[in-house]
Amino acid sequence: MTDPKIRIEQVSKLFGPNPQAALPLLDSDATKAEIMEKTGSIVGLRNVTLDIAGGSIFVVMGLSGSGKSTLIRHINRLIEPTAGRILVDDTDVVSLSQAALRDLRLHRVSMVFQNFGLLPNKTVIDNVALGLRFAGAGKFRARDRAMQQVERVGLKGFEMQYPRQLSGGMQQRVGLARALATDAEILLMDEAFSALDPLIRHDMQSQLLELQNDLNKTIVFITHDLDEALRIGDQIAILNDGSLSQFGTGEEILLHPADDYVKRFVRNVDRGRVITVTAAARKMPTITSADISIDKISRLLVAEDARTVFIVDEEGQPTGAISAASVAHHAAADDGYWREPKHILPVTRVSSDTILADALSDVAESEVPVAVVDERGRMIGAISRQSALEAMTGTDGPSSGSQRSISGPHQRSAAT
Amino acid sequence: MADNFPDLIDMRAVRSAIDGWFNGIVSIYGQALETAFLPVLRLLNGIEAFLLWVPWFVLIPVVALVSFAATRDWRMPIAVIVMLFLTGLLGLWQPAMATVALMLTATLFAIVTGIPLGILMSFSNRLQAVMLPILDVMQTMPIFVYLIPFVMLFGPGKIPALLATIVFSVPPLIRLTNLGIRGVNPEVIEAVTAFGATPMQKLFAAQLPLATPTIMAGINQTTMMALSMVVIASMIGAGGLGYEVLQGIQRLDVSRGLFAGLGIVFLAIIFDRLVQAYGKRVQKHLDAGNT
Repeated sequence: MTDPKIRIEQVSKLFGPNPQAALPLLDSDATKAEIMEKTGSIVGLRNVTLDIAGGSIFVVMGLSGSGKSTLIRHINRLIEPTAGRILVDDTDVVSLSQAALRDLRLHRVSMVFQNFGLLPNKTVIDNVALGLRFAGAGKFRARDRAMQQVERVGLKGFEMQYPRQLSGGMQQRVGLARALATDAEILLMDEAFSALDPLIRHDMQSQLLELQNDLNKTIVFITHDLDEALRIGDQIAILNDGSLSQFGTGEEILLHPADDYVKRFVRNVDRGRVITVTAAARKMPTITSADISIDKISRLLVAEDARTVFIVDEEGQPTGAISAASVAHHAAADDGYWREPKHILPVTRVSSDTILADALSDVAESEVPVAVVDERGRMIGAISRQSALEAMTGTDGPSSGSQRSISGPHQRSAAT
Repeated sequence: MADNFPDLIDMRAVRSAIDGWFNGIVSIYGQALETAFLPVLRLLNGIEAFLLWVPWFVLIPVVALVSFAATRDWRMPIAVIVMLFLTGLLGLWQPAMATVALMLTATLFAIVTGIPLGILMSFSNRLQAVMLPILDVMQTMPIFVYLIPFVMLFGPGKIPALLATIVFSVPPLIRLTNLGIRGVNPEVIEAVTAFGATPMQKLFAAQLPLATPTIMAGINQTTMMALSMVVIASMIGAGGLGYEVLQGIQRLDVSRGLFAGLGIVFLAIIFDRLVQAYGKRVQKHLDAGNT
């Protein structure tokens, strides 16, 4: 991995009359309430260390009071840390002079606010041009460049309106255009969509993702909404009472929540939209096509307590499946050899990085579990209707049951 | 009947010390101060002369037009015309113009001093802590008390009347400027800061424009207080409508006092409505952002 765009190192922030006095307590296991009682200081952030990669959307999540808005304000030093360092492209933000700090805010870091923070006495175009004007651009040159951003966010025709004449969603697009106008590589978004209606919020998320495809900025996005975090975040950090609870991709957080606080967040989320089919796949008994016999299949089905056996070729690619029902049917009448290719059922394949929700219709329509294959087409496991439901509700199947998770501790090849 | 509070200190000595100190100041700086304030006197006289030089049949339509521009309402200019015409009819044109000149000059100086003071006060909690009690004293001190030192320094005349009027009328403007800037939506200020504004850019791009409605309310109060000061100021030679009222009192001349009082009311209504209407127009776009 290359150097992170933004590095937050052991940053702590205490609010109160004498923050330095309370600083040593942060390393103890005193709670936020205890520190408040002992020293009168309110813990904003507690030894937070984070690396934020360039060109990614990095989401910081937490309940209100968890310190997420405090954290984002350290990046452009709207808030000074009590301890720790913040590096932006290896520039130590904390030690910058006032002039250098202004330069950082003018050209390198821009920001979008929860309640938009627009100037009500200025038109849309002049609001968008704000950062350029502060940087010393002439009125008309600034408006020229601002107009490009107004068009980019789809507000052409509204540039001479005043903010109060626009809906909330449009006002926030003005806020976004204003942040884009300075060409800063880093975009800080503080609960940028939280004040918007759910539908508008969804549209704005889509627009942000589209813009990000073109612009490839480093976006630090604050939200309290896990669905939003999972939808737009490449990486997610979860804050609790100023401390970092967990940090990882959305799927990692959903599948392996680090503590009860994260679990509470994760509980109500639409998991199907986040986790991949791999997380829902279970090991299935497989048999190579050369090996097909009623005897072997029956034994496999009994040994694995399964209802389906998958047939794979030499490369390990699934070619078909045989269900327990058809085996039983044949076993009664036959001499032990499988002679009925028509009873080999077709198998639907999905690649292992597919989002579970996108594979659900296949799972519903297929007679046998849907095979999950890796990038070379080899079978990793399969999703039955049951395992799909388990994965989406976050419950694990019975441990001694017919299907074992492929990521579980006791992996065993069914073909042996 | 004996005074029941004991004489713990000799107040005569304290008072004579204060009087002596102030007399010293008067004798040392009186002349210099009078010279220093000469330009102010010229400005005041200039405004008054100009208002009297403009014929009434020109001035009344101009004020009516200005009032229409400010309110966009046809009732306002009609009221202005009627009230100004009545003022003239009552034989008060000349004193009314003198009063307007005094009030305008006082308001002008109040704005020039009060708004910067209010801005400074909004930037510093310490300055605010010092200023608020001073402003309280300035507003509760009986008006007549201001007259004494100013008259001693300048002698009776327009300058002490003007200065007393400014001192009396500036506190609400300082207060409301401070309040207005402190009340600006903090997220807007944060946004402006996050986009790299210098303190001056922050002041002129965000703080002053967003505080304008409150500052306008301050200017409105200042004009009203300046107008209410004219009667008292006339006691030390300010002339104008106040002098007419004073004459009414001295000669027990009911009609004279009543007419002059009406003239003051008319002026008050006109200025109040004009400043308010202007304040509302400024406020028009600010609703969404100042909540």
